[in-house]
Parts: sequence; C-alpha cells; structure tokens
Amino acid sequence: MAEATLSTVLKKSGKDIKASWARDLAAAQVSAKGRISAAELEQQASEFLNLLTKVAEFARANDIGASDFRQIREFLEGVSRSRAAQGFTSDETATFIFSFKKPLFASLKAEIGKDAEELVEQTWKATELLDSLGLHTIKAYQKTREELINRQQREMLELSTPVVKLWEGILALPMIGTLDSARTQVVMENLLQKVVETGAQIAILDITGVPTVDTLVAQHLLKTVTALRLMGAEAIISGVRPQIAQTIVHLGVDLQGVTTKANLADALALALRRTGQTLKA
Amino acid sequence: MEKIPILRMGDFLLVTIQIDMHDQLALKLQDDLSNAIQQHASKGVLIDISTLEMVDSFIGRMVADISGMGRILGAQTILVGMQPAVAITLVELGLSLPGVATALNVERGMEILRRKIAADGTDERPG
Repeated sequence: MAEATLSTVLKKSGKDIKASWARDLAAAQVSAKGRISAAELEQQASEFLNLLTKVAEFARANDIGASDFRQIREFLEGVSRSRAAQGFTSDETATFIFSFKKPLFASLKAEIGKDAEELVEQTWKATELLDSLGLHTIKAYQKTREELINRQQREMLELSTPVVKLWEGILALPMIGTLDSARTQVVMENLLQKVVETGAQIAILDITGVPTVDTLVAQHLLKTVTALRLMGAEAIISGVRPQIAQTIVHLGVDLQGVTTKANLADALALALRRTGQTLKA
Repeated sequence: MEKIPILRMGDFLLVTIQIDMHDQLALKLQDDLSNAIQQHASKGVLIDISTLEMVDSFIGRMVADISGMGRILGAQTILVGMQPAVAITLVELGLSLPGVATALNVERGMEILRRKIAADGTDERPG
C-alpha cells in the first residue's frame, strides 16, 4: 500500500525528517529575511508534519479537495495568509512545502532500500501529494494578495473623493486620478448626498487632477452636472487644462449649458457672485 | 381612492407628493393640477418630491409634462427636493428634464418662484 508506506515512513522517521527539514527551512528563510522567527517556523513545520502524518494514514486518492484534507488545507491557508502578510514572495511561500521533499525522499530511500521500482512508485506518490499541497498553498497565497488589492482599491475609491465645503452654500469636489464608471458613481453619490446635507447651491467639480478626458469621462461629468441640476443645485467645472479643452472640442463633446472655468479660483469667484456673497480684502 | 392634495397658498399652488406614485395617480395629479391652476389663476406651482424615493421613466416624463402644462397656463413651475437616488435614476434613464426649474428645498423654491414672478411682473409693465 502506497499511502501506508508513506504513512509508515512519516511515523517511523518523522523526527529525523523534521529535523532535517527544519534545518533546510531555517537556512532558506530565516537567514535571508528574518521576517519569521525560527520558533514560529519550527512550530509550523511540526504542525504540518503532524497533519500530513494524519492524512497519509487514511487518504487513498491524492485528492486534496476531500474532506479528510480539510484540516491540512486550512492549516496551509493560514500559513499562506501569514506569509503574504509578512511580505514573503510566492516562491518563498511555496518553498515551505516543496523543501519537505528532500528529507522525505531521503527517508523513503532509507526505508525501501534497494527495490528501485517500489522506490520510484512511492516517490511519485509522495511527489503528487506534496505538489498538490504546494499548489494549494500558492492558490491561497494568491487569493490573499487579491483580497489585499481589492481592499486597497476600495479604500482608494473612498479616499479619492472628498467633498469639501469652500464657502457658505458652495461645495468643491477635487477629482484626482482617472475617472471610470465605478468611481464616477461613488463620486456622484457622495456629492449629491453632501448637497442634500449642506443645502449647497453650487458645486464646483475640479478636474485639475484628472489626467485625461475622453468621451466616457465627459459623459460622466455631464451626468453629474445634470443630476445636480435636477436636485436644484448648480455645477461649475473647473481646472480644465488647455490640453483637455482641446480634446473636448476635438471629440465633439457638447458642454453647452455647463459652466466651465480654467481654475478653481475663478470658479469660486463666480460661485460667490452667483450666491450674492462678497469678499472683503 | 388615493389623491394627492393640492394646497393653495395665495398665488401659489403647493403639491407635496408623499406616497409612492403609480401611473394612474400621476395622470390624475396632472388633471387636477391643470384644473386647479386655471381655477385659481395661480402664478406659481411648487412640486415637492422630497419624500419620493422611487421613480421610473413614466413618472419622470409626467413631471416634465406637468411643468410644461403649468407654463402654458401661465404658472411658473418648480420642482423641489429631489433625492440623490432619484436624480441619478433620472439621469441614467436619459431624462434630464430640460426646461424644468429645480430647487433644493421648499424654502429656496419659494424664493425662486417669487423672484421669477416679480421679474414677469416688471416685464408686463415696462418703465
């Protein structure tokens, strides 16, 4: 029985394998970066060995999706998560599993001895199992990273759309970065909500920080302006750079009926005039 | 049967939509309102939709229609208190309601109506 052999080897010479593996691991990971303590690595190594010994006993097929593997899967997911958080690369994370092969194969060899055929078969079985475990670890690592990216994207979305009150009845929205549909939606909702809260009459959309304006972005801007008008507020678009003005005209986007200004100062001056407020020098 | 009340305040008519509009109700409002404008010779109509949370293309068009009818009957019509969600929906539906005057709340709407009517008054009697 293949699994039985793997399991017997693990049981019999588990201590030797672990000692040798821990040495390899320590050499490969701790010395390089010092991001994980030797004690932690040692603890992870022994837990992995325990769990592997458990599954090697009764696992028939090398199907790590089976419920028998749930414990070891969860353990590996936990390891990848912490590795990703500690800033390990994907290959460093995978090395944790793959470096287990060397001491394991050495023990298998010692156990089986001269029977080459049996040795090859057992080695192959062990390789298959460890590979799938390693791949699972990488998958979990990838997932963690993707979650991180998604979260950062969401945070950026919220951070990059502040609505500021410039004056009594005047709001400004300094837009920075590329405007896509998702962002415009958030921007629009934030702005309209703020208009309701503050009762502002004029909102200035400042596009100084928007690198390019194409038809889609122009469309989004027009939508926001229209929504503002429907709610009874007025919109001024400011920060139109010469390049952008040229693009808008070349694209044939109709900005008629939308007040535009070259900079925020002009827009504020206009807004003050329209709300009937004056500044004393 | 449900009915949307039309309140008369001097020269103005005040319509507050506080229930979910369905098509039949909207048509009835259109009818009642045009009759009321004529009956009271109102100079301004203020439609408050601050509690309206849902809107479809029919209701959107109806609001624009009411505004147009008011104008023909000689009353300035102003739409006040549109919620952000409603505004976004209308924009996404492609209904920008051109020619419909809007204001943020009833108070501001009244102010604009008064100003517009005052301007109309001076137009009639130049000098």
